[in-house]
Amino acid sequence: MTFSPQLEARFDKLLKSYPPGRQRSAMIPMLMYAQDELGSVTDELVDEVARRVGVTPLQVNEVLSYYSMLHRKPLGKYHVQVCTNISCLLCDGDKLWEHACKKLGIGHKEVTADGQISLEEVECMGACSWAPAIQVNYDFEHFVTPEKLDQILDGLRKKA
Amino acid sequence: MLYNEPSPLETRVLSFRFGLPNSATLDTYLATRGYEAFRKAAGMKPEEIIEQVKISNLRGRGGAGFPTGMKWSFVPRTSPKPKYIVVNADESEPGTCKDRVLMENDPHQLIEGCLIAGLAVDAHAGYIYIRGEYRYLIEVMDKAIAEAYEKGWLGKNIQGTGFDFDLYTHSGAGAYECGEESALLESLEGKRGIPRIRPPFPAVVGAFQCPTVLNNVETYCAVPAILRDGGAAFAALGVPKAGGTKMTCLTGHVNKPGVYELRLGFPVKQMIEEVGGGIRQGRKLKAFIPGGSSCPVLTAKEVEGATMDYDSMAQRKSMLGSGGVIIMDEETCMVKAALRIMRFYAHESCGWCIPCREGTTWLRKILTRFHAGGGTRSDIDLIGDLSRNMLGRTFCPLGDAAAMPTLSIVEKFRGEFEDHLNGKPCPFERAGEMVTA
Repeated sequence: MTFSPQLEARFDKLLKSYPPGRQRSAMIPMLMYAQDELGSVTDELVDEVARRVGVTPLQVNEVLSYYSMLHRKPLGKYHVQVCTNISCLLCDGDKLWEHACKKLGIGHKEVTADGQISLEEVECMGACSWAPAIQVNYDFEHFVTPEKLDQILDGLRKKA
Repeated sequence: MLYNEPSPLETRVLSFRFGLPNSATLDTYLATRGYEAFRKAAGMKPEEIIEQVKISNLRGRGGAGFPTGMKWSFVPRTSPKPKYIVVNADESEPGTCKDRVLMENDPHQLIEGCLIAGLAVDAHAGYIYIRGEYRYLIEVMDKAIAEAYEKGWLGKNIQGTGFDFDLYTHSGAGAYECGEESALLESLEGKRGIPRIRPPFPAVVGAFQCPTVLNNVETYCAVPAILRDGGAAFAALGVPKAGGTKMTCLTGHVNKPGVYELRLGFPVKQMIEEVGGGIRQGRKLKAFIPGGSSCPVLTAKEVEGATMDYDSMAQRKSMLGSGGVIIMDEETCMVKAALRIMRFYAHESCGWCIPCREGTTWLRKILTRFHAGGGTRSDIDLIGDLSRNMLGRTFCPLGDAAAMPTLSIVEKFRGEFEDHLNGKPCPFERAGEMVTA
């Protein structure tokens, strides 16, 4: 399996970051970075990462199923994550979540028909003092109102 | 970048570079007494470094509040095994967003803290475990680390001191449980984030089965100031048994939410009214969580006269925790708050211990039904019973973290549960706005 030169460089660095015989440590970061490039954790990727870190594909599958950010199915090009945990909830994060569902016509972990935008109700993402917050892929948006969310989503539609 | 205006009431020891031009660069760091503490520490004996940290009364800033100097002294420094420095940057405790600003605005301070910890325990490698959602911070830290290598502040023979140290970032992938130290170490080793049985503690058997210092980002960030100006100066900023400042995240119903650096022992009333600008829309305080959703909830009456430190919160049977202050005004439905907190723990329970795995799920189901108006009187006692049966019966603190806020809410706000009984709609919700879990 071949990856972009940047990802290969990242893999090389990761595999050298841990003590000798501890290359398994690179598994989770490798899956994260590779998922960004491939869109999801494919069977082929599981086999490849297993081979490179020296474990069985079963061991990779066992680990990745634990982590909420590793996805076996592709998400939208823009993955919109709305936090409704306590600090965001107190600032109407739950209403923001409902607004996003209504606006996009999809629900939790669903993708729009054109495959462009996916939606996830997430747990605390570390933006509690600037609530309610969302993340679009890895980018934070703070103090999000329904109006601001509309603008963000319309902007994503145009970029898509 | 700062996401909120600073407050004049802050005591800026860890955050004094915030807002300076290019605060994340090595040039700015060096121009503002950066790496001065490392140079000083490099000329000291390891025991002397640990002694200064002990004198400073620094206590772990991740939530548990364990004395840092003591933790470092548990590492068998003369062990033939390699020793490791691990940074817990898996900040996920609801209400907490302070490590984010520390890494974003002053990454070299964290690097310097790791170097000094390395000198203290004879470690030559460190790992910063950063939650997957903080991808941009992995980039910030990688950039600062690269700059430090380039200018000889990391790598071999650092600044001619003869000390070698390598530092790496490591991405998490979405799991609150990995903020628990032993689960973090499992995850760092490429496994599911499930807690380890202790003892042995990480100081003796930690990363890669070797002695390990594992602290929170903020804890390491306090170390340069301690070595630079002396442990006593840091201790003097706080209260008798806890030195220094605390990065405090004001969240919820305040007019000026934000991350503020306040000295330990700062009065709660002044924090809410002056730092936080008071409760929004002039309302009254109903409930107060001092440091993340795992802490027992306090009523407005209970926090009268309280100060933000370990002892004041312990006297009130709560905890200072992580510094994630959650403020709830009189319009807050406490049943809904308990439900949302429990949904989180049920989602994040790793499933290893049965009382936690089953307890959180069962409680989530009861609270969901209860908030929707389907509760019975016996449910109220059942919520308390289930919580009490989780307390102290799990390998890691997640079970306690789920039980403590729930138990405190059902005991202190029982009347609100009774108001939801017998099919009555939630008195705090307008019709058609009912949220289900």
